[in-house]
Amino acid sequence: MLEIKNVSKTFNPGTINEKHALTNLSLSLSDGDFVTVIGGNGAGKSTLLNAVAGVWPVDSGAILIDGEDVTGMPEYKRAKYIGRVFQDPMMGTAPNMQIEENLALALRRGKKRGLKWGVTNAEREAYREKLAALGLGLEDRLTAKVGLLSGGQRQALTLLMASLQTPKLLLLDEHTAALDPGTAKKVLELSDKIISDNKLTALMITHNMTDAIRHGNRLIMMDRGRIVLDISGEEKSRLTKADLLERFAEKAGVQEETDSVLLS
Amino acid sequence: MTMSVYLSALSVTNLIGRMPAAVAQGIIWGLMALGVFITFRLLDIPDMTVDGSFATGGAVTVMLLLAGMPAWAALLIAIVVGVLTGLCTGFLHTKLGIPAILAGILTQFALYSINLRIMTKANQTASVQKFGMFWENGNGFLVSSLHITQAILVGLVVAAVIVALSYWYFGTEQGSALRATGDNPAMSRAQGIHIETMKVIGLGISNGIVALAGGLMTQFQGTADVSMGRGAIVIGLAAIVIGEILCDAIFSKGCNFAVKLSFIIFGGVIYYAVMVVILWLKLDPNDLKLFTAIIVAIFLAIPQLKARSKSSFARSKKRALSERSDA
Repeated sequence: MLEIKNVSKTFNPGTINEKHALTNLSLSLSDGDFVTVIGGNGAGKSTLLNAVAGVWPVDSGAILIDGEDVTGMPEYKRAKYIGRVFQDPMMGTAPNMQIEENLALALRRGKKRGLKWGVTNAEREAYREKLAALGLGLEDRLTAKVGLLSGGQRQALTLLMASLQTPKLLLLDEHTAALDPGTAKKVLELSDKIISDNKLTALMITHNMTDAIRHGNRLIMMDRGRIVLDISGEEKSRLTKADLLERFAEKAGVQEETDSVLLS
Repeated sequence: MTMSVYLSALSVTNLIGRMPAAVAQGIIWGLMALGVFITFRLLDIPDMTVDGSFATGGAVTVMLLLAGMPAWAALLIAIVVGVLTGLCTGFLHTKLGIPAILAGILTQFALYSINLRIMTKANQTASVQKFGMFWENGNGFLVSSLHITQAILVGLVVAAVIVALSYWYFGTEQGSALRATGDNPAMSRAQGIHIETMKVIGLGISNGIVALAGGLMTQFQGTADVSMGRGAIVIGLAAIVIGEILCDAIFSKGCNFAVKLSFIIFGGVIYYAVMVVILWLKLDPNDLKLFTAIIVAIFLAIPQLKARSKSSFARSKKRALSERSDA
């Protein structure tokens, strides 16, 4: 479904702030893979997701989604294939627009936006049902401005928006990191449900090792712009946090002390 | 001048007599403000092009009238040229990466020369006596200061049409994408919206409406001047803030988009009426721009000042001090 071939990205090349964010990174995801991504700060996790989303062009390598080479495709065109939820709950929705307007924008992701009415009555019914399934009481507030919602509600809405037009790939960039533990748990459960209900292929960055182990069928660990660990299937289901910390120390070497704190 | 002499010099009938003309011009400025609203509120771009495109609308209209074109057709072409000025700013901003406000200033600056080229001199007159009104011969002026009542009616009809079209457009898929672009560009991109295109479209529509207002103003006054658009952005902002504040005051639960747009037209009328009152009070007309700037600054600051009245460091300090003295 997703194929990343030898992708590299360097920020601020030739300056004192030069940073090799991705180094010859390759990764291949099968249909229906739900991959959790862990790694210390600056390991390149978000850079990886941004490269896939097309936030900026990569320096070298190729990215294929469902066999189509999207390396030269800008972000707004790639959006046709990709659903995204960001770390900042403010980032995924338009605050001064209504809930139904936000959903309608998401429903038209990747489609031509013409002069037809922006939200139709038939859609409204569908939105009401889908919002009711979230269990947040949003189904009665279709015309409320999204800016009035809490962070958790906004992330849940963004998740719904990301999956409304079934994406080939769902990118979750630490989407629960800014939420309180209770809300984070709910949003994570919702993510699981949406991914399994729609049989989505997903990449999820998390700072929480327990979550990384518990969710998904595959786990990758990144360090200094590379994938240093890739565990899936049976092996992943037997994985414990202690294993992971140990393997991480092995791979990352000297950084053990600082990173195990960051990853706890 | 003593107070009594000053007061006796003020004639209320004179003020009332001036009001209809003020309303007619206020509607045209309100229409202009509607154009500013699209960029300033919906796209979150303070577009400085309007100072130039308002005069461009006037210049194109007056020259086409003098060349014998029907007034309505002259206005349509003025709209098209206005759209082009907006596209120019959009190009500078999105393709060349110039900050939006600077791109607008550059276009506005260039338009001064272009407007002079269009008119061949600083001002041109097309007298209503010569061309007549459109209800007399079908090709004459749509509005004129010599027919105030009709000018108000025609102004309201044009405003209603523009409000209706705006209401429709910003409710469509494309219009929603344009609003999303102004509201959250990152989200818009992630939803597959090409935000650069949306900005260019918005700037085009906005300046088209502004040029239409410039063309109407030229017909109303019977003359176009190269500096007629000076300060248009500020007048537009004034009309927007006045309209929004009235709208919020009357509809506490927030108002429908079409109602809001109508209130902006009304804001233009209020603004112009206040200016007439200031002139009637025999204040120096040279100070008008100063007054306008102060009024707009106050209204634009209201949201911030309101928030501060609820929560600020000064308040926290006062509260902390009073708690300490209670203890």
